[in-house]
Amino acid sequence: MSEATGVKEPSRYTKKDFESDQDVRWCPGCGDYAILSAIQKSMPDLGIPRENVVFISGIGCSSRFPYYMNTYGFHTIHGRAPAIATGLRIARPDLKVFVVTGDGDGLSIGGNHLIHVLRRNVNVTILLFNNKVYGLTKGQYSPTTEFGKMTKSTPFGSADRPVNPLTFALGVGATFVARTVDRNVAHMEEIVKRAAHHKGAAFVEILQNCNVYNDLAWNAVYDRELKVMHELRVQDGKPLLFGPIDDRRGLVLEGSKPKVVRVKDVAEGALWVYDETDPWAAQALALLTSDPEFPIPVGVLLNVEAPVYEEVLIDQEEKAVADGGAGDVAALLTSGDTWRIP
Amino acid sequence: MSDGTPVSATQKPRRALDRAVVRFAGDSGDGMQVTGEQFTTETAWAGNDLSTLPNFPAEIRAPAGTLFGVSSFQIQFGRHRVYTPGDRLDCLVAMNPAALKTNLSDLKDGGLLILNTNSFDQKNLDRAGYQTNPLEDPALAGRYRVHKVEISRLTKEALEDLSLGTKEKDRCKNFFSLGLVSWIYTRPIEPTVTWIKKRFAKNADMVEANIRALKAGYHFGETAEIFGECYGIEPAELPSGLYRNITGTRALAWGLLAAAQRSGLSMVYGAYPITPASDILHELAQHKRFRVRTFQAEDEIAAVGSVIGAAFGGAIGVCATSGPGLALKAEGMGLAVMAELPIVVFDIQRAGPSTGLPTKTEQADLLQALYGRSSEAPVVILAPATPGDCFYIAYEAVRLAVKYMVPVIVLSDGYLANGAEPWVIPNPESLPEISVRFRTEKEGFFPYVRDEATLARPWVRPGTPGLEHQIGGLEKEHITGHVSYDPDNHELMVKLRAEKVRRVAQEIPGTTISGPATGDLLVVGWGGTLGAITAAVEEAQMEGKAVASVHIRHMNPLPPDLGQILRQYRRVLVPEINSGQLVRLLRAEYLVDAVGFNRVRGLPLATSEIKEAIDQILEEKE
Repeated sequence: MSEATGVKEPSRYTKKDFESDQDVRWCPGCGDYAILSAIQKSMPDLGIPRENVVFISGIGCSSRFPYYMNTYGFHTIHGRAPAIATGLRIARPDLKVFVVTGDGDGLSIGGNHLIHVLRRNVNVTILLFNNKVYGLTKGQYSPTTEFGKMTKSTPFGSADRPVNPLTFALGVGATFVARTVDRNVAHMEEIVKRAAHHKGAAFVEILQNCNVYNDLAWNAVYDRELKVMHELRVQDGKPLLFGPIDDRRGLVLEGSKPKVVRVKDVAEGALWVYDETDPWAAQALALLTSDPEFPIPVGVLLNVEAPVYEEVLIDQEEKAVADGGAGDVAALLTSGDTWRIP
Repeated sequence: MSDGTPVSATQKPRRALDRAVVRFAGDSGDGMQVTGEQFTTETAWAGNDLSTLPNFPAEIRAPAGTLFGVSSFQIQFGRHRVYTPGDRLDCLVAMNPAALKTNLSDLKDGGLLILNTNSFDQKNLDRAGYQTNPLEDPALAGRYRVHKVEISRLTKEALEDLSLGTKEKDRCKNFFSLGLVSWIYTRPIEPTVTWIKKRFAKNADMVEANIRALKAGYHFGETAEIFGECYGIEPAELPSGLYRNITGTRALAWGLLAAAQRSGLSMVYGAYPITPASDILHELAQHKRFRVRTFQAEDEIAAVGSVIGAAFGGAIGVCATSGPGLALKAEGMGLAVMAELPIVVFDIQRAGPSTGLPTKTEQADLLQALYGRSSEAPVVILAPATPGDCFYIAYEAVRLAVKYMVPVIVLSDGYLANGAEPWVIPNPESLPEISVRFRTEKEGFFPYVRDEATLARPWVRPGTPGLEHQIGGLEKEHITGHVSYDPDNHELMVKLRAEKVRRVAQEIPGTTISGPATGDLLVVGWGGTLGAITAAVEEAQMEGKAVASVHIRHMNPLPPDLGQILRQYRRVLVPEINSGQLVRLLRAEYLVDAVGFNRVRGLPLATSEIKEAIDQILEEKE
């Protein structure tokens, strides 16, 4: 089967080659600018010819993204980008397909499609910008908004319990799950590149600031001081550590439950060394976000291999053609019972 | 008796008939659909023209013996052209009391009634709601030619020495019925013997049992004293050619394969299971050798989304659904209109609204297909007229979609999908050209520059260097395709999208008028009512009435000569299986005083009821 996402030509492009001529229309100060820049910067390193790259989005602030990328792009309908991307991959497995979505687009109206694109393991890179609010419709609460939050549509506080995008993705069987932050361009680039190279559906939650309707919703990982105690960098094969240099904290596992400890208080080897191929570990770590006493994990939580939907489909096709020869309509029409009337 | 030996000719007198209408009715577990399909194959072999009507409940395994669990298969066959499955039955086979109760009213007075008496026990009589046993009702024998046959017992006896279980043996009784009716109408049973051998190839006992039951039924007719005569129907004088039987479902699927092969395009078929459209997915999923990629989506919305994605990638995107599914696809189709991508959506119409009668037919999605999207979102709409015509319509849908870069809806229906007819097999090379030229040259490229003749925008395959561009659901600036909120530009684009669809009219051949070019009445139909309308109009013409008919296959845009034709008749009658949709369009479009004949019973229109409507309108004073 043809799984060529293109010839490696790393030196061919610069960031500028991926900037389109369209005016960027996000609000000044929006986190999307940083994400756009990081992705444009990552593209030359992917080594994929620009004409083989397609960005597909749904509706919402994040979904304007394809207009600003000088690649093939399709701004579609609310929540449906994963379905459209799936059809494109089935037709064209030679293309590198990105899906750009948001917390409303991907987890509310498009929740169903997100489930199935991840579960099928279609080879697409999904970037979900999570700002915990509906921006384009001007400030309603979203499926990731915290319980009790007062917004335009919830003046008495939201009654919904929020969904955790990472446990959602892990729960439906995603094979690559990661989180990064719009204020950390270097980390974003690293994670986007790893996601783009993953074979199968890669899911990346990008914590993103909406400075108009939900400013500093992720301040715990923005603020220089808060960040020290609230951001947990996840690295494969390394212990899970955070906190000040002179008083490091780490995670240990007590049974199935993580616990925060002072590194100096525990024996060497007691710390939880992260294995990104371990789906049980990924679930335990992803759950931390729901609990304020723990730091917020960022990095790659899961990276495993599974059959890729469209590859299986095409393998079946190749086998059918190899076994029975290419289909011929004239032969098909005359197959089975026929009779001639003179 | 060895398999495949021709069954000896009957000694009983054989009466020649012009046509006959036969219905097999029984429990959904009785195999009535298989029986009907095999009788159809035998009849095709006999060289008759034919038309079929399968009718089955939505429940997969409805409780045995109940009225709502009855499944039936009707066929009309004859030595002349047969346009419909027939209105009234010449012969009814009722395998149980429930089948008798639900079907008897369609049997002609004096018609043949074959009953499986073994199933008329108290339990089945209760389930069918009979207070007394109808077998003992003298009125039945007074009105019909009743043949009480112990089908279950005779089948069991024929299979006595086989090692199959009682249940398995009992399941062969439909082949006994088939054998019996095959004898009555002098059908060759060889094709059924061949079919049984193939179908049960892995189970020699079942092959033997079913063939024995079939032959036992056949010989029972020949030897039992209760059948005084049998019937022969001479082969029909059909146009010469190589024939096969084809259902509308299969014809749609094969039409797509022909279009894909001819155009050289790859095809992605995305669908969510829905009755009665799912069979197209089942058919196409078998044909991987044709490189059609079938995708069972998570919902109707994803199905249309996937084919939009495929079309964006330069493939033919096709999906099929039924009425409620078309509603769910409305938003996606709006995007395809805006993005001007070629997709094809089949709507196998069924009785509604909502879940309605999922296995029954209707023609009530015409206005949904035309107008069921937000804002001004014109699409091309085609409607096949017969099961075999589904092949050509599917092909035409692909041809128009890629030529005009426009979504095309095909309105089939449950009757066409499941119905079968003998079909002259076309030479795929005789089909019209489907030429697709993907844009590759950079010079002068914009995503929304248009072809002068068709107004189609260029189709660019991602992967083409230098033509990277972005499209989407936001309004496009004329030519450049950039996002535009300019009021005048929006109005221009609305007009361009409409004009592009209107220009498809240049593809429509001149309308065929069946009957006089002017006269008292023109009957206008569309879709699966062609047969019933043609038969009714021919009857009226034989009575010397100045009646003609036209049948529309291009629903949007309508044929350019239609307005002129409508004005050549004093009155216009529009029979439809809805509350009056095409008639409303014709009145609005052409300012003609067309009147509707509308039935919405989940059943095809009957020839007789259309004929009555014709007679009535001709009698009316203006």
